[in-house]
Amino acid sequence: MLKYALIPLLPFAGFLIAGLFGKFLKEKAAYFPIAGVVVAFLLSVSAFFDVLGGTIINENLYSWISIGTLSINVGLQIDQLTSVMLLVVTTLSSLIHIYSVGYMHGDKGYARFFSYLALFTFFMLVLVMANSFLLMFVGWEGVGLCSYLLIGFWYEKKSASDAGIKAFVVNRVGDFGFLLGMLMIFVTFGTLNFSEVFKAVADPAANYNYLIFGSEISVITLIALLLFVGAMGKSAQLPLYVWLPDAMEGPTPVSALIHAATMVTAGVFMVARCAPIFSLSPTAMNVVAIVGGLTAVFAATIGLVQNDIKRVIAYSTISQLGYMFLGLGVGAFSAGIFHLTTHAFFKGLLFLASGSVIHALSGEQDMRKMGALKSKIKTTWAVFVIGTLALSGIPPFAGFFSKDEILWSAYNAHGIGPFLWFLGILGAFMTAFYSFRLIYLTFYGKSRMDHEAEHHVHESPKVMTIPLMILAFFSMFIGFLGMPIIEHGNRFSEFLAPLFPHAEHATEGASHTAELGAMLISVVIAIAGWRLAQGFYKTASVWPDKIAEKFKGVYTLLLNKYKVDEVYNYIFVDGLVHKLAKVLYTIGDVKIIDGAVNGLAQAISSTSERSRKLQTGYVQQYAFSMGLGLVVLVGLYYVLR
Amino acid sequence: MIPLSWYILLSAGLFTIGVVGVLSRRNVFIVLMSIELMLNAANINLVAFSHYLQSLTGQIFVIFVITVAAAEAAVALAIIILLARNRGSIHVDDFNIMKG
Repeated sequence: MLKYALIPLLPFAGFLIAGLFGKFLKEKAAYFPIAGVVVAFLLSVSAFFDVLGGTIINENLYSWISIGTLSINVGLQIDQLTSVMLLVVTTLSSLIHIYSVGYMHGDKGYARFFSYLALFTFFMLVLVMANSFLLMFVGWEGVGLCSYLLIGFWYEKKSASDAGIKAFVVNRVGDFGFLLGMLMIFVTFGTLNFSEVFKAVADPAANYNYLIFGSEISVITLIALLLFVGAMGKSAQLPLYVWLPDAMEGPTPVSALIHAATMVTAGVFMVARCAPIFSLSPTAMNVVAIVGGLTAVFAATIGLVQNDIKRVIAYSTISQLGYMFLGLGVGAFSAGIFHLTTHAFFKGLLFLASGSVIHALSGEQDMRKMGALKSKIKTTWAVFVIGTLALSGIPPFAGFFSKDEILWSAYNAHGIGPFLWFLGILGAFMTAFYSFRLIYLTFYGKSRMDHEAEHHVHESPKVMTIPLMILAFFSMFIGFLGMPIIEHGNRFSEFLAPLFPHAEHATEGASHTAELGAMLISVVIAIAGWRLAQGFYKTASVWPDKIAEKFKGVYTLLLNKYKVDEVYNYIFVDGLVHKLAKVLYTIGDVKIIDGAVNGLAQAISSTSERSRKLQTGYVQQYAFSMGLGLVVLVGLYYVLR
Repeated sequence: MIPLSWYILLSAGLFTIGVVGVLSRRNVFIVLMSIELMLNAANINLVAFSHYLQSLTGQIFVIFVITVAAAEAAVALAIIILLARNRGSIHVDDFNIMKG
């Protein structure tokens, strides 16, 4: 099945061509990455049908590292999970490549943009197709690199290059955890290959305990937690989410592809891939679920008051990623992946549509300077509404099915389940509120645009609107792959079932009536959020200002994003890093390193200063010492004979 | 018949005088002459042993030594003349430009 190796390699070829010859190809450079990604999409479809037909591919392509007993192969694995991810990544990537032709038109970094985008697609595909932790890590770091490059794409802008660096550094914290987890796996099981590790994990002998800080922690829990730290960094969970909102400095297609649909879901994918490890550790699962649940609510609260159109969607992305982890954490792995899939489509749609709005307004991102756009950009309005309905979980749009599956699994989970369900419902209410707030501020009410900008408002070209319509189509209908209640309605979960035999089927025994009731609650909650936003923002109302005035403290706290950036800055950047740097500089560098180097030079200099006195230049003294030496040598000869 | 030990004592005495001369005198000529003294002390030794052992090798060796000494004296005198011309001195202590 070597042809599937082409899936990542074709975008890579596109990257090379656009990157190396971009200068000569000018705007034609886009064709090569687009062709590569589209063919990769077609191959992915074929791979999907192979898997559907029962063919699981797991093949080593060549031996990468072979030292002693350590042997690491570069190998591809295409199973149910990978084929779903392949479809998501290549579909979104193709559409966003095409959309970018219109969006990036006229930018002086046009070819560079497409080469980075193709490189990103390559690494993302390596990440999902890898059959070992190490190769996955290659993809993992690669997408991080591309994310950095694309956030800082407009590097002349200080804020953009800062945001790129921030993303890179915060991700490094997570990657450190992933790396440690990986080393832990290697130390414990002696291999990094997925199938071998997962086989070894099931052996009870592998499950021994470490004593850390006086408490016993099983090695499996430790590995799972370390891997999850990696996922927290990549998928922007508490407390490592801070880089994602700033990542919106990048061009909008980048926000859609990398920071909404694919890369940020890599953490979710990784946890799902490592389901055999996570399922063995209830502690780790609880941590995943709680972090996910808290992030879902936390990010949503910030999203309520933001004014930048892209930042609202960015916080919503963090919040939705929280839902995915919530699902994984309660053992509903396929529900988490299902939400990943639907979210990729509707969030990609929302970002691209907001890109279309920004494009129409010649670069304006502040919602306070929009309004009444509905009649001017009809297509964008229509797809935006579809995306928002899907995000808010209004049936029958995609988000409803996936989010509800997660919430229902949470409700039925043992222990903290109902609490998590409550967090989810709370988040759902806020999600509906801020998404419709965005719609009403942007498309309804009175126009608050500059006269200049208003004059130039125009609908985006077809090359941008057609990808939007395709995504809107998916956002409307993809949810039906995971119908609840109906017998065999949840095809998605059945498709993935062979991978998650350990998953808890807590929902199986539950009654359909209860499920319908829970569903009704979440729909009512979502509609309540919608109506509230409508009341507040459809026509200019005094209520939002009044409430903001009354709860001024809370409002400013939310507007300033809980001041988390400032706190991190204070503790880590100013406190830890600068102080540590100062200590290391004054003691480590100046005293120890410089001291050693200069001291050595000084010691040599002073020794030679003294010993050079021996060379008097007087021949007779030399002759005298020669004679003396001779006498001593001869004397020694006689004495020691 | 003079015993061998007398020759050896004479040779040792001459050699010592030569060594002391090389090490202590400051005039280059005297140093040079002291070196000749040391060479000739060795020559006396060689001739004495040649006679004692009834072998001609020692005497032939002496001829070589005298030849080398003559050549050495020629080169050394030339150097001394140059030193005197360029530096205006033949005092050993004045030549210490190789000092460290």
